[in-house]
Amino acid sequence: MGVTRTPTSLTQGSQTKGGIGESTLRPDGTLKVTGEFAYSSDMWHEDMLWGFTLRSPHAHAEIKSIDTSEALAQAGVYAVLTYDDLPTEVKNYGLEIQDTPVLAHGRVRHHGEPVAIVAADHPETARRAAAKIKVEYAELPVVHDEESALAEDAPLLHEGRDDHHAGHVPHPNVVHRQPIVRGDVAAAKAKADVIVSGEYEVGMQDQAFLGPESGLAVPAEDGGVDLYIATQWLHSDLRQIAPVLGLPEDKVRMTLSGVGGAFGGREDLSMQIHACLLALRTGKPVKIVYNRFESFFGHVHRHPAKLWYEHGATKDGKITHMKCRIVLDGGAYASASPAVVGNASSLSVGPYVIDDVEIEAIALYTNNPPCGAMRGFGAVQACFAYEAQMDKLAEKLGMDPVELRQLNAMTQGTIMPTGQEVDSPAPVAEILRRVKAMPLPPEKQWETGDESGTDTDVRALPGGLSNTTHGEGVVRGVGYAVGIKNVGFSEGFDDYSTARVRLEVINGEPVALVHTAMAEVGQGGVTVHAQIARTELGVTQVTINPADTQVGSAGSTSASRQTYVTGGAVKNTCEAVREKVLELGRAKFGTYHPAWATAELLLEDGKVVTDGGEVLADLVDVIEGESIDIELEWRHRPTEAFDLKTGQGQGHVQYSFAAHRAVVEVDTELGLVKVIELACAQDVGKALNPQSVVGQIQGGTTQGLGLAVMEEIVVDPKAKVRNPSFTDYLIPTILDTPTIPVDVLELADPNAPYGLRGMGEAPTLSSTPAVVAAIRQATGLALKRVPVRPEHLTGT
Amino acid sequence: MRVNFTVNGRPHEADDVWEGESLLYVLRERMGLPGSKNACEQGECGSCTVRLDGEPVCACLVAAGQVEGREVVTVEGLADYAKQRAEGGCATGACGGGGTDLGAAQQWQARPADSQTGKNTPLSPVQQAFIDAGAVQCGFCTPGLLVAADELIERNPQPSDADIREALSGNLCRCTGYEKILDAVRLAAARGEADTSATAGTGA
Repeated sequence: MGVTRTPTSLTQGSQTKGGIGESTLRPDGTLKVTGEFAYSSDMWHEDMLWGFTLRSPHAHAEIKSIDTSEALAQAGVYAVLTYDDLPTEVKNYGLEIQDTPVLAHGRVRHHGEPVAIVAADHPETARRAAAKIKVEYAELPVVHDEESALAEDAPLLHEGRDDHHAGHVPHPNVVHRQPIVRGDVAAAKAKADVIVSGEYEVGMQDQAFLGPESGLAVPAEDGGVDLYIATQWLHSDLRQIAPVLGLPEDKVRMTLSGVGGAFGGREDLSMQIHACLLALRTGKPVKIVYNRFESFFGHVHRHPAKLWYEHGATKDGKITHMKCRIVLDGGAYASASPAVVGNASSLSVGPYVIDDVEIEAIALYTNNPPCGAMRGFGAVQACFAYEAQMDKLAEKLGMDPVELRQLNAMTQGTIMPTGQEVDSPAPVAEILRRVKAMPLPPEKQWETGDESGTDTDVRALPGGLSNTTHGEGVVRGVGYAVGIKNVGFSEGFDDYSTARVRLEVINGEPVALVHTAMAEVGQGGVTVHAQIARTELGVTQVTINPADTQVGSAGSTSASRQTYVTGGAVKNTCEAVREKVLELGRAKFGTYHPAWATAELLLEDGKVVTDGGEVLADLVDVIEGESIDIELEWRHRPTEAFDLKTGQGQGHVQYSFAAHRAVVEVDTELGLVKVIELACAQDVGKALNPQSVVGQIQGGTTQGLGLAVMEEIVVDPKAKVRNPSFTDYLIPTILDTPTIPVDVLELADPNAPYGLRGMGEAPTLSSTPAVVAAIRQATGLALKRVPVRPEHLTGT
Repeated sequence: MRVNFTVNGRPHEADDVWEGESLLYVLRERMGLPGSKNACEQGECGSCTVRLDGEPVCACLVAAGQVEGREVVTVEGLADYAKQRAEGGCATGACGGGGTDLGAAQQWQARPADSQTGKNTPLSPVQQAFIDAGAVQCGFCTPGLLVAADELIERNPQPSDADIREALSGNLCRCTGYEKILDAVRLAAARGEADTSATAGTGA
């Protein structure tokens, strides 16, 4: 059985030089603009069935009974599976804590939880059959906020917890708690001339990637299964899938198919196990494609948060101390909540020098939708609050808000509240200076310059094409923010990656083949890996293999880590290949020139050269007839867990910094906001591909804008999701998104490959508070919650 | 039911189409043309934008039966469509000669291509501009944006930024922040302008 549409290897042609630092174009660009690129929802097999998932209409209920007989009797239906059909004793999965049922057993804990799965010959047949499944529920009381979760008699989301956090949490409905205490807050507070405090709230944001959760599971003759899937981490999926199927890992062969965006939403499993179960049960290939409604239930969201902060400062603007408490709503299952708690607490001070702190972050179990990874997780929520505090403090001191931030900005050498030294450049004051120095966009751009002075282009006004105003009551505001994000997986996680590199001569040209399991989710890793191989091996022709589980793990495409870690792995493996080439060269040609033995040798432009630029041999002549093929794991320097009482520990690998200036215009009568410009300055250490770097910064900035003014999954007091569609969950359109000028700094981190700094998440942090600061400046309102809605601005 | 219509200049018939099926489903699952994307399937994101008798529409909102006897252009046919338009031929796709026939479509296979030069695949100006400007990241919104942007430039060869934003406001992109999409459309328009002036120069 051949799969007709499958992912493909990507070759970058010999026309391209494209080493690191150049804006090499994407190798998959042509496929993507012609519609040929095979995304996971495009997978197709001549004999395939369609899967569909029946989901719980309740947020918390006991399942009294499930009757699938009528569904199974429908023409065209091949299988209907429930919890009872799971093949092994392993019935749960999870990233860190295995608390998520493959299919609900006994009880559903959130709205939209999968209860049963169907395979049929047409997607509509599958949907209609699912509607015939009779499930009898008995609703249970709902835990939906801190008070209801931590009440003495609160229903427990997971009774009898035995995970490794269960022993230190104050209540079984707390997933994880991380305090950080450093210095003497009471003594420091006594020195403060002013103190500001505030309570802030961040709504539940969704990744809203465009390519829905989807994939194709093909049963194999050996009893195993081949899964073509969109994910962020193939090997993490594999580790969770195989035990549930009762198969050894080598019988679950996973290949990355085209991924239509991820942003953290594909770190957890969605339909992977369901498709495999249906394929193994029916003996036929099974494709599952979520519609948008299902997608909102099929992945975790950004943790909504409540944050309480207190800062003090002397009258000259030096911050004396900080106290904060951060409560994150993790929803029904743990997902990445423990790591989100670690980030929120350890980054809660922001990029500032504050020696005396008392910090506490917790994540709750509730019956709300499960929350986990989303771009900048933990740090995004904290940044909204601490940046609001900075503005409040500046106002109280009568200082310029940027000046206050610069006065307290961390630098290289600053000690974090965790006791860790920031040991690479931290240009916080400088990126603030740069965004502030950019010229401001002209005022009243809606005035078209018509001589009468009355003509307006309503498209440039708040409300845009809705033609709601001609400028009456529109006021402008400017706001600033800066943020700090950790790069990579922290707290002692073995955050390694693997790369396989082969070098051989094909058609008279040296060709490098790079094989990793890195999930290309749109970020451009495939481009950068080829650039690294060209730089290290001096070749032009590089082929990137499709990512699959036939090569070692690359870790997750998240936490801004892939270019650092898998890029580092590709570089490291290329270096080993280069050593092998030089060995071959010495054996073949070493007698011809003494430099083979004495000089530092490089591979450049298809030749072996000395560091003085002398050419010793053609690469083709050195490797002719040989194929050098090496697979190696690579690790960044290790981290360690934070102490559970004091929060001290060398927890993070690297930090990333971005600053934004937002310019907004607000129609104060209607409460409508138009973001006019959102300028960003960010340090990326080294821009391996400047065009991609700017694209990432602009994309991340726009997601932050979305959180500021429109994006929120609305969950009602019964913990039901009210807006699971693109009609009701709004993400910024091209009309909502302003010009985003970007200033990229490259201050090398001496510990990172090429000095690079993981950069995908940082722009999502500061964008949100900058927009809100600008709206505050325009309106004079306090605005403690995002997204800011019209009613917050009009008081209605 | 059976539906007869023209896709990318070639007549097709689709059999056993269920009355509730959308044009998007028929294109993707019955004709082997997965270029039009399924991101929201309720007309909000524009990822499935195609031309129907020249008008840009969300294929997910068009019932398959509605296209009986009509002409559809998808991203797969965009390069041919733009070429015919540039050559002054029939730009509706009705004149045939281009496009993907059903047999070829069902043999559909992603194949390696060279993004750097575009040599292996003929591209329309707007397709090439999206690659060159870095407007393609995950690429899921790209086919719909390309069809919409091509229609804009056909209608308005020198769009202002406000025109571009207005024309593309029905197409969601989650990756790029839209800046590079604006760059791409400006680039395609500028190149079109350059082509036109070059042609005019030669003619004179």
